[in-house]
Amino acid sequence: MYPSENLYTREHEWVRVEDDVCVLGITEFAQHELGEVVFVELPEVGQVFDTGDELGTIESVKAVAEIYTPVAGEVIEVNEAVSDDPELLNEDPHGEGWLIKIRFSSASDLKELMKADQYEEYVKSGEA
Amino acid sequence: MHGCKGKSGAKGVTAAGSFFLDSRDSVFAHRGEDRFQMAEAQTLKRTPLYDCHLEAGAKMVDFAGWEMPVQYQGVIDEHRAVRTAAGLFDVSHMGEVRVRGEGAEAFLQRLTPNDVSKLVPGRAHYSGLLTEQGTYVDDILIYRLAADDFLVVVNASNADRDYRWIADRANGEDYPAPTIVTNESDQYALLALQGPKALEILAPLATSGIGELKYYGFRQGEVAGLPALISRTGYTGEDGFELYVAPEHAAAVWRSLVAAGAVPAGLGARDTLRLEAAMALYGHEIDETTTPFEAGLAWVVKLDKGGDFQGRGALLAQKAQGLPRKLVGFEVEGRGIARQGHEVVSEGAAVGKVTSGTWSPTFEKALGMAYVPPSLASLGTRLAIDVRGRTLPAVVVELPFYRRPR
Repeated sequence: MYPSENLYTREHEWVRVEDDVCVLGITEFAQHELGEVVFVELPEVGQVFDTGDELGTIESVKAVAEIYTPVAGEVIEVNEAVSDDPELLNEDPHGEGWLIKIRFSSASDLKELMKADQYEEYVKSGEA
Repeated sequence: MHGCKGKSGAKGVTAAGSFFLDSRDSVFAHRGEDRFQMAEAQTLKRTPLYDCHLEAGAKMVDFAGWEMPVQYQGVIDEHRAVRTAAGLFDVSHMGEVRVRGEGAEAFLQRLTPNDVSKLVPGRAHYSGLLTEQGTYVDDILIYRLAADDFLVVVNASNADRDYRWIADRANGEDYPAPTIVTNESDQYALLALQGPKALEILAPLATSGIGELKYYGFRQGEVAGLPALISRTGYTGEDGFELYVAPEHAAAVWRSLVAAGAVPAGLGARDTLRLEAAMALYGHEIDETTTPFEAGLAWVVKLDKGGDFQGRGALLAQKAQGLPRKLVGFEVEGRGIARQGHEVVSEGAAVGKVTSGTWSPTFEKALGMAYVPPSLASLGTRLAIDVRGRTLPAVVVELPFYRRPR
């Protein structure tokens, strides 16, 4: 279920590293727990964030979740398609429902993240 | 994603999530107040329909100490099923208090603001339990089963407190005797079948003549061959029925209704439906700080029904002085959802508070209700709502948002 080429946070984001850029989204587990997403609030291209900064919010009918970036860097692209059609987050969170691309300034942040099997274990353990 | 931090729900739950979130609450963390206690800290009660919920793929959550289905396939689909066909809710967590005896009518007339003398056997009415200040202990339904026999239906979150509230006052100095008050919450399971197709689904399974029941009328009868109190009431803004059955019969009645086409619907859809219909929810629009007048529920208060009743003096005074605030409906005009607890702001100051807010599946926009000063309560007034530090524009609109076509 969780693509092995991605890295995962304890807060249920995934990142895929493409050279010096991270593509970031939320996991299948996260979308399932949120339920039907109706609004997505994303940052502007060009905004710069520190590790752990809030990038935006996701609202479902019943819940609000904040998205935090696990890496520091500059936003180079946001997925306008999910703003227009938030259901993409429920339908394909690891694919079409990606959220932003961020050019990261240091790779050291990535060491903190989980691999797919570790994340799956983490979700199953009930600590999530 | 910050929202997914925190503890998951009760053991043995298929999945867990929180319900009625505040802006900063996490998706999993249950609210600190008593209605939403941490699942781990206590044993959650289960209704007789627990297994039916798991079979239907429910996501179970802690609601007022009960392990309840928040959704099955999805809130939006369940909401639309109720608006266009028929949904089936388990509301067995509601409490039932029986009030019987020669003094029962006079007691309830003295205890509650609506006029119990007008309530004939076979009819129910909406009322409240009020403090001496005229504020809500709870909102209730009173069923008149017979001349001297009433069933008072109360919210799950307040059930024990309400029972004590009623029992402590019966046979007291202020009230005529004798009255017998018993907590019968464990003796009833409660199913709500709601939607334009509710009658079509229920009629072939039930005692004949249920189509003649008026809104807020009820009768004793059978559903699927099992005894039931069949009541034409609900909390969705649709036509529908609430079925009070013995706990051991609940699953059979549930299954027969689902087999006949009713769609299981969870507390998530129940909340979006009642909000569109602008029905008050205890802990949101009404609580111990709000009066029926402020909540737009003046019609339950019969000041001139004859004699004193609990809270009457305070309500008379409020009527004379004017209201400090009013409940209004609003539509959000930007992207985002104003939710319970968000502040209505004016010229930089907080002037009111959102009591409920959601994304509306019927209107496909964010709607809500809020208390505001009377000066901001007229239709068309522009409001600003502080949603997590961002100001969302909203406009005051008429309540209810949704009225069923007749």
